[in-house]
Amino acid sequence: MIDFTFTEEQEMFRKAAREFAEIQVAPKVAEMEETGEVCDEVVKALGEAEMMALTIPEEYGGLGLGYTARLIALEEISKVSVGTAMMLQVFALGIEPIIKFGTEEQKKKYLPALAKGKRLASTAVTEATGGSDPTGIRTSYRKEGNDYILNGRKCFITNSHIADTITTLAKDDENPKAFSTFILEKGMEGFKPTHKEHKLGMRGCNTGELAIENCRVPAKNLVGGEGKGMRVALGAIGDVGRGGMVGCALGLQAACLEASVTFANERILYGKPISNLQAIQNKLAQMKIDLEAGRLLGYRAAAIQDKGGRSSNEFAVAKYFTTEAAQKAAKMALDIHGGYGCMEEYAVSRYLRDSFVLGPSAGTSDIMKVIIARWVLS
Amino acid sequence: MMKIVVCVKAVPDPQQACNIRIDPVTKTLMRCEVPLVLNPLDKNAMQAALDLKEQFDAHITALSMGPPDAEGIVRECLALGADQGILLSDRAFAGADAYATAYTLATAIAKIGPVHVIFCGMASSDGSTEWVGPEIASFLDLPVVTMVEEIVECRSLQWKVKASLAHGYRLMQVQLPAVFTVTRELNTPRALVFSGIIKARKKSIVRWGIDDLGVPAEAVGLKGSPTIVSKLTTTQSKREVNILTGTREEKATQLLQKLVDSGVV
Ligand SMILES: Cc1cc2nc3c(=O)[nH]c(=O)nc-3n(C[C@H](O)[C@H](O)[C@@H](O)COP(=O)(O)OP(=O)(O)OC[C@H]3O[C@@H](n4cnc5c(N)ncnc54)[C@H](O)[C@@H]3O)c2cc1C
Ligand SMILES: Cc1cc2nc3c(=O)[nH]c(=O)nc-3n(C[C@H](O)[C@H](O)[C@H](O)COP(=O)(O)OP(=O)(O)OC[C@H]3O[C@@H](n4cnc5c(N)ncnc54)[C@H](O)[C@@H]3O)c2cc1C
Repeated sequence: MIDFTFTEEQEMFRKAAREFAEIQVAPKVAEMEETGEVCDEVVKALGEAEMMALTIPEEYGGLGLGYTARLIALEEISKVSVGTAMMLQVFALGIEPIIKFGTEEQKKKYLPALAKGKRLASTAVTEATGGSDPTGIRTSYRKEGNDYILNGRKCFITNSHIADTITTLAKDDENPKAFSTFILEKGMEGFKPTHKEHKLGMRGCNTGELAIENCRVPAKNLVGGEGKGMRVALGAIGDVGRGGMVGCALGLQAACLEASVTFANERILYGKPISNLQAIQNKLAQMKIDLEAGRLLGYRAAAIQDKGGRSSNEFAVAKYFTTEAAQKAAKMALDIHGGYGCMEEYAVSRYLRDSFVLGPSAGTSDIMKVIIARWVLS
Repeated sequence: MMKIVVCVKAVPDPQQACNIRIDPVTKTLMRCEVPLVLNPLDKNAMQAALDLKEQFDAHITALSMGPPDAEGIVRECLALGADQGILLSDRAFAGADAYATAYTLATAIAKIGPVHVIFCGMASSDGSTEWVGPEIASFLDLPVVTMVEEIVECRSLQWKVKASLAHGYRLMQVQLPAVFTVTRELNTPRALVFSGIIKARKKSIVRWGIDDLGVPAEAVGLKGSPTIVSKLTTTQSKREVNILTGTREEKATQLLQKLVDSGVV
């Protein structure tokens, strides 16, 4: 039959990620909440703790640990800071097209520095005219000699202002049905981050706009061949992107449950801890049920991904379930805290704000259902 | 090559201390209910060894006596950077007090062969007798410095270390081989990293039982333990608030009387 237990080594990965999050990230959460800015020490610590190296193959300076290990790390980091987990999740998402579709030259050029955290990555698909519908994007490319000239604007891009290597989707100027993915690099002429967003939650994770004006991109920066852009960019979002959001959501679910249990045991009403009240127990039980179910969905999808199978449908189910469950868990956690939950001293108010940002990233719940329905009907 | 042995103990997770119970009959810790972790000060001991390994050509052995489950903490030491792990596990070793523990560990160290440095934590978080380190030294006839908070000089076989005292410190010069028990002031233990965990895949953990050590059964475990835990009680600390009334002089007199009555002055 199926063995659902984590290996001793995976348990140690969890321990390492938990210690990292508690020692290096937790002390910075208040500052990130207050300023909304990326904390440089956290980014540096992520690099030193080899968090960017998890999915990069060993021959390119990574650890080659795959996606279950990545999910474990994201879950543990998200327990402490969803924003930090989000930043890390999109690093991997930006790197994935190079790992999967990059040429040997591209892999050798980019991956070792990305693995060390010396360069940071992101992916840029979304535009004002195309989020759920990526074919609506307007960023265009046209060939000029050996180069491509790109023009357009990207919005809601995670790590927009800190990333050095950004895999970017663009449309053929002459053929609106053809898309290609390019590696844009910080400092390229005509390419710069502009507006920084102020988000409801995930503060400390940078989201913003990128402006691309007559940016000359050498042909060697094309990933996966001309006209293959949708497969390259959306392929990575389907498993690595959704999988990453599952990690963020699971961590948040677990954090909501933990905070609720602690509070329910400490808060005394009618002479007893409120954990004695059935109405409270009911909520705790529901949070536990959703967490256990979410873990099974998420880690199963990651196991398929590690085996090299197609996991994007399974991840659509897991992404839908866990991000919705995280929102419900955050609401229940807030409810259990009564008035205290509305006060910023209590982490649950942050959990609630973060839980609402999980939805759109890597595809909304509506879009997950569209994908799942297509799977069912195929 | 500098040969280092770090003695590491698997203790019930101190963060779950409220769940640790003591068996009223056997008067031992009921360990199974709480997960075992690396004794906190033994992380400092491991870090001391790793710091030396960064400076010198060194080989680190992590040595533990404990139940089969203790293998997890030995594996963690390998992931932290130890080269070899040894777990002393045998039913015969069970129930050891500090004396029998030190005897068993010392016998294992002698079997490992010549070593230069033996690091222990100053104390375990559960038993906390602080005896194991000094007793190992005594069984092996080696010098010992307890409560080391700084390694001042370690370029030769003459080490200089700073060790803490209640109201100051001692600066000690010691000839290696020697035993050192360390405090948390010595260093900041580094966290586990993923690459360390991967490297540990290739390292082995040797398991030694009573036959491997060639010691008589009467010398180890409960049988080899001279300590008798005759009675165990739980202590309760209570606070009481007394508000003194009267003039300042009256209150001072009352306070003094209370301090005298309670034996403080
Ligand atoms: C309630 C209770 C009362 C007890 N009372 C006594 C008592 O009065 N006298 C007595 O001798 N014992 C007593 N014991 C047993 C004792 O606590 C330990 O089990 C003993 O084996 C180790 O001593 P320690 O934990 O105090 O170690 P410490 O001397 O505090 O530990 C110092 C260092 O020694 C090393 N070390 C210790 N144990 C191991 C190990 N198993 N493997 C590897 N390294 C190790 C570590 O580096 C550790 O940091 C008692 C136990 C209980 C549960
Ligand atoms: C924090 C954060 C980080 C992000 N990071 C990145 C990034 O790094 N890179 C990147 O490229 N993008 C990123 N995005 C963008 C994200 O992928 C989009 O927000 C998402 O795809 C939704 O697109 P949209 O915002 O344009 O909404 P729209 O597509 O305009 O959707 C509006 C509404 O219509 C619904 N809808 C749309 N289509 C359908 C349909 N077919 N059936 C039913 N309902 C539908 C949606 O569910 C939604 O409710 C990020 C977003 C956020 C919030």
